[in-house]
Amino acid sequence: MRIVVLVKEAPDTYGERFLDLETGLADRNKSDRVLDEIVERALEYAISYAEKHEGTEVVALSMATEDATASVRKALAMGADRAVLISDGALVGADVTLTAEVLAAALTHIGYDLVIAGDQSTDGAGGVVPAALSELLDIPQITKLTTIELDDKAVSGTRVIDRVTLKLRAELPAIVSVTERFPDARFPNFKGIMAAKKKPFEVLSVADLGADIDVLAKPRAIMTEISAKPPRAAGVKIVDEGDAGNQLAEFLKKNQLV
Amino acid sequence: MTDNILVLLDSTPDGQLSKSVPGLLGAATGLGNPIALIVGAGEHADALSAAAAAAGATKVLLADGDNTIYSTPTVDALQAAAALVQPAAVLAAHSDQSKEVVARFAVRTGAAVNYDAIDVTRDAKGIIASHSAYGGAFVVTSAVTFAAPVITVRQGVVEARGTAQPVVAEKLAVTPSGRKSAAIESIDVADAPTSLRPELRGATKVVSGGRGLGTAEKFVLVEQLADALGAAVGASRAAVDAGFVPQTFQVGQTGVQVSPQLYVALGISGAIQHKAGMQTAKTIIAINKDETAPIFEIADFGVVGDVFTVVPQLIAALEASGK
Ligand SMILES: Cc1cc2nc3c(=O)[nH]c(=O)nc-3n(C[C@H](O)[C@H](O)[C@H](O)COP(=O)(O)OP(=O)(O)OC[C@H]3O[C@@H](n4cnc5c(N)ncnc54)[C@H](O)[C@@H]3O)c2cc1C
Repeated sequence: MRIVVLVKEAPDTYGERFLDLETGLADRNKSDRVLDEIVERALEYAISYAEKHEGTEVVALSMATEDATASVRKALAMGADRAVLISDGALVGADVTLTAEVLAAALTHIGYDLVIAGDQSTDGAGGVVPAALSELLDIPQITKLTTIELDDKAVSGTRVIDRVTLKLRAELPAIVSVTERFPDARFPNFKGIMAAKKKPFEVLSVADLGADIDVLAKPRAIMTEISAKPPRAAGVKIVDEGDAGNQLAEFLKKNQLV
Repeated sequence: MTDNILVLLDSTPDGQLSKSVPGLLGAATGLGNPIALIVGAGEHADALSAAAAAAGATKVLLADGDNTIYSTPTVDALQAAAALVQPAAVLAAHSDQSKEVVARFAVRTGAAVNYDAIDVTRDAKGIIASHSAYGGAFVVTSAVTFAAPVITVRQGVVEARGTAQPVVAEKLAVTPSGRKSAAIESIDVADAPTSLRPELRGATKVVSGGRGLGTAEKFVLVEQLADALGAAVGASRAAVDAGFVPQTFQVGQTGVQVSPQLYVALGISGAIQHKAGMQTAKTIIAINKDETAPIFEIADFGVVGDVFTVVPQLIAALEASGK
């Protein structure tokens, strides 16, 4: 079985994140970039499955600029068998549907039984790429899973949305996305980091995929304007000396919040 | 003639329109003639059509659902509806169900998506969506290069409302696409919450508790203050992970994003991922015993103190003043 994990690099949410006010794109120089947290959980699932089921290959697939190499290599250090990075100047600022078209072409190029993605990324928060891929590849999707069961033929799992719990099942090949409820990812150890250096790491352009992707032929979403909001200023801060609750009640009344 | 705007409506398991609907139809009214699509209304078709018309839909298209096939029947219905009404834009809630449906619709029909808009407007050049990026630190507007945009709208943020219309409902014929789909093996619907507390998404007041509440038992303090204020209850991820409350209460980057008039943070440190879900609140109050907690950097009124002494006093003061 071949499991392809869609790995995405994002600005580290523990630091401040910036958008470049000229291009509207993430400002890479200003924020640290890491593998997105939920993506790591997806990888963890794939790698632990492969450890228990011989003959499972785990491929990390990413679409990003070439400086994402370090983040993608972390997937190899964690235990993925090989990595494919789609990097192409024509893709800078790609919207959801273009991203999905390129990833669909890459998945077809690699071949897969199961595709696993995070259910949303911390910087885009669209959470729609897996659904778009299911449509483009004509494979079933089960998204936002909180549990997953996988065998050679099918994948099933639980999806909880507000008050509704669905049990879903799909024949392979299929695409799933997992939520942050999945177990934490392992830290790559020294052995893993050394081994990662010898693992296959392909960097491909859109042309290498042999797919017919025309950026301008279809409508695309574009940013038209961008502005930074002035940071929020702190207001009053008091230390409780026995009457803070009363003072708060006064504040709420004065501001007509009760 | 005014352009048609096709609006995909979400409904709840007990046959009501989702709370996102009035805002969605309000946004659509600002762009053109709102035509609603409801999939799988079943026995609730009349009530849902009436509610949609009251919220501004000039016409309601009703398509059959299928409780055994995941997502695809709704995509097929949206495709059929768009073919029928030739909309100038397709709008849907940025909800877990609908955002996936419209993404599939968009790639199927070759349209572009602007997702998670907080506002939608129309100018001479076309339809423009505004978005709040990185938890409200940036405001971005987007459009599509050509053709009708598909736009998902963040739930509970649009204030515009449509005007009530006479009920015009019509059954929509849908040809199944036969796309490969997951099977729905079971559907479990938890009982609607019995409390009269407002729903977190779209609430005008929110009281949230964090790890500082200590235990699930002691988390009731958050609920008591929420009830005294008529507020919804929220939580940090640490409080969810510790099992104080279910995941649906999580506020933040990977939880619900709220923009209330009042946000009260109890025993929450103010991690950047939490702030991403609440820092656009009008007024923020924080109570935390650590004076260096980052939540104080964005609080309009911060109390350095113990929630277990400050909050009971606050509740007593609110009750004493007849509130
Ligand atoms: C990718 C990613 C996504 C995330 N998404 C979210 C998200 O959506 N939402 C979210 O909330 N978090 C999210 N997190 C987690 C986030 O980083 C923090 O870990 C979390 O918000 C901390 O919750 P907390 O403030 O309740 O806990 P803590 O940081 O432990 O803070 C508890 C606070 O309570 C105070 N306290 C303790 N006892 C008392 C008392 N008796 N009285 C008053 N104060 C007291 C302490 O001083 C402390 O400041 C995410 C993290 C990652 C990596």
